[in-house]
Amino acid sequence: MGKIVPLSGNSAVAYAVKSADVDVISAYPITPQTTIVEKLAEFIANGELDAEMIHVESEHSALSAAVGASAAGARVYTASSSQGIVLMYEIMFIASSLRLPIVMTIAARALSAPINIWNDHSDFMAVSDTGWVMMMAENNQEAHDDVILAYRIAEDPEVLLPVATALDGYFMTHTIEPIDLIEREDALSFAPKRKTWFTLDPDKPVTIGALGDPQWYFEFKRQQYEAMKKSREVFEKSVDEFAKVFGRRYGAVEYFGDENPEVVLVAMGHVVGNIKAYLSRVRGKDSRAGVLKIKLYRPFPEDLIVKYLEGVKIVGVVDRALVPGSASPGPLHSEIVATLRKHGVDAKTLSFVSGLGGRPVTHEHIGVMFSKLSELKDKPASELPKEPLFIGVRE
Amino acid sequence: MVVSTLESSHPLDKYLRTARLPHIWCPGCGLGIALGSIMRAIDKRIKEGTLKKENLVFVTGIGCSARTSFYVNFDAAHTLHGRAIAFATGAKLAKPELEVIVIGGDGDIAGIGGNHLLHAAKRNMDLIVLMITNFVYAMTGGQVAPTTPLGLYTTTTPHGNPEPPLNVVKVVSSLNANYVARASVTHPALVEQYVYKALGMRGFRFIEILSTCPEIFGRHIGMRDPFTLYSTLRSKVIVKQSPSIEESDLDWGKGFVIGEYLVRDNPGYLDRIGRGLK
Ligand SMILES: Cc1ncc(C[n+]2csc(CCOP(=O)(O)OP(=O)(O)O)c2C)c(N)n1
Ligand code: SF4
Repeated sequence: MGKIVPLSGNSAVAYAVKSADVDVISAYPITPQTTIVEKLAEFIANGELDAEMIHVESEHSALSAAVGASAAGARVYTASSSQGIVLMYEIMFIASSLRLPIVMTIAARALSAPINIWNDHSDFMAVSDTGWVMMMAENNQEAHDDVILAYRIAEDPEVLLPVATALDGYFMTHTIEPIDLIEREDALSFAPKRKTWFTLDPDKPVTIGALGDPQWYFEFKRQQYEAMKKSREVFEKSVDEFAKVFGRRYGAVEYFGDENPEVVLVAMGHVVGNIKAYLSRVRGKDSRAGVLKIKLYRPFPEDLIVKYLEGVKIVGVVDRALVPGSASPGPLHSEIVATLRKHGVDAKTLSFVSGLGGRPVTHEHIGVMFSKLSELKDKPASELPKEPLFIGVRE
Repeated sequence: MVVSTLESSHPLDKYLRTARLPHIWCPGCGLGIALGSIMRAIDKRIKEGTLKKENLVFVTGIGCSARTSFYVNFDAAHTLHGRAIAFATGAKLAKPELEVIVIGGDGDIAGIGGNHLLHAAKRNMDLIVLMITNFVYAMTGGQVAPTTPLGLYTTTTPHGNPEPPLNVVKVVSSLNANYVARASVTHPALVEQYVYKALGMRGFRFIEILSTCPEIFGRHIGMRDPFTLYSTLRSKVIVKQSPSIEESDLDWGKGFVIGEYLVRDNPGYLDRIGRGLK
């Protein structure tokens, strides 16, 4: 075990980035991410981290500089939130299709307008189609560990994709928890720095990102698809090894609750902890209920979702983002429905949208969700609401 | 706090959303002085009949300075960090009779929004841009900004800023703007005078307003108390009638020359496309 220290989520992330011994950091300030990069600036100034920090003029430039540095062979890091993440959108596709193993942290925050600096998953969900491996932590320890896992997965020669790790703004970024620190030596033996990807090299000149005409473009995309699929296996191997080395076991999905549940809530981020606490304290152990946490969002871990939700009567999905006009306005609900139907699992589903723009998802809200699920669990699917249920909003 | 014992109204209250007060700015922040001076210039124009209140639009991005759009009682848009000038360009083109004023921090206007600044100045777009230079990204807690002095401590440059500051007055003067001035909250009458003048002109009008951020900028450099920072800035400000652009460097050693760097009356963008009002 490493040293246990009380750290905010952002500091926990910064310590992991330091242990990963990154070479280049480029970032632009934005709440609630900023203190990650400020902490890293402090490490560099103190001589605790030997890295270059580039103070760029926008997030678009931050990720562009990261792409350049990664292409030149550096281990790079950046972090952002909200408008910063969506300003990176264009470059996110470039990073994933150039197959550069960049690691970025998303301190999840709502999107404008109106401007809102508080937490939900709008930014995370908005970039979930950019070809990045994406995961979200439930607590600060996990946010710390995810950075180390991320480098290991990103730089695996069979993957070579950028990885986004995420933690909830304020609820985690600014909340202090005891953290079992991964020291540099351990981080580097778990995720060794080795140049597994094609880099710019004046002795063997290459052009990256050059025109991919109709003769070639499709093949690039096909390979990218394979790499993403492969990252699923690499994720499993990495968490197994992580558990052996560090004694903490993570799953692409994690289940908590009754062994033979009839109703399950699916959720992401810190809210999972609230639901666990609700189940243990409020609802009591005898009820047939559980919570399924989705840690790995890309690639979406269909196999495990099927495994846990098969046989469940009704599944409620808690979304903290909203996509108006979509077949299911809850993006996580969409993924769950697609997974269940694709694999012939006939569990009914219900979409809950809650906690937008920093409104807390309280035990009271969670109670409403479970009651709704219990009430509908024996009804035929045709009688279920077709619209999401908005929990905690003033109508 | 016994707010009720204070004077309950102010002659400029009519231009403010008083229900939104007290504002979020820190005690001793220069932004209050800047806003007061801008409001007095507007008041003067409205009173003499050369500006209609209903034609005024404030467009801001994000930042402490940009927060002004929240408090002024005109049509206002609080847009995205960096994008105010692009937004304002759209508003002006759609309704040329509007007087569109952009206010923002130096990060907002010259950092993340720098490209819009260049192109609006290049096309002599009929806008007023008021850039508040407080030498840091204040709202996000004091990170290095385009105008941060070389070698200075900020939260992202704890080892000292390795980059020399951007002289935005010089950059904008090199383009096709009609008016370029630098003012300072240490000389509020000049802020008022320049804004008043800009309001009577066409084309692209740019005023940099040096300001004090005691809470975030001052705190880290040993000038936490507003008076110390204010008087330090004041001691560095040199007022000149028509300074030359060579004197415009943001140099903490030599001082900051404020004044009207460029005044001309070239056709603005709207004139060029045949939609000018003047
Ligand atoms: C795309 C984007 N990136 C980052 C931010 C976070 N942010 C808000 S205000 C600000 C900088 C503020 O500095 P400045 O523009 O100089 O204004 P000041 O607060 O100093 O008045 C930043 C980086 C944002 N809102 N949007
Ligand atoms: S942080 Fe600085 S600029 Fe912002 S309100 Fe406070 S003193 Fe003013």
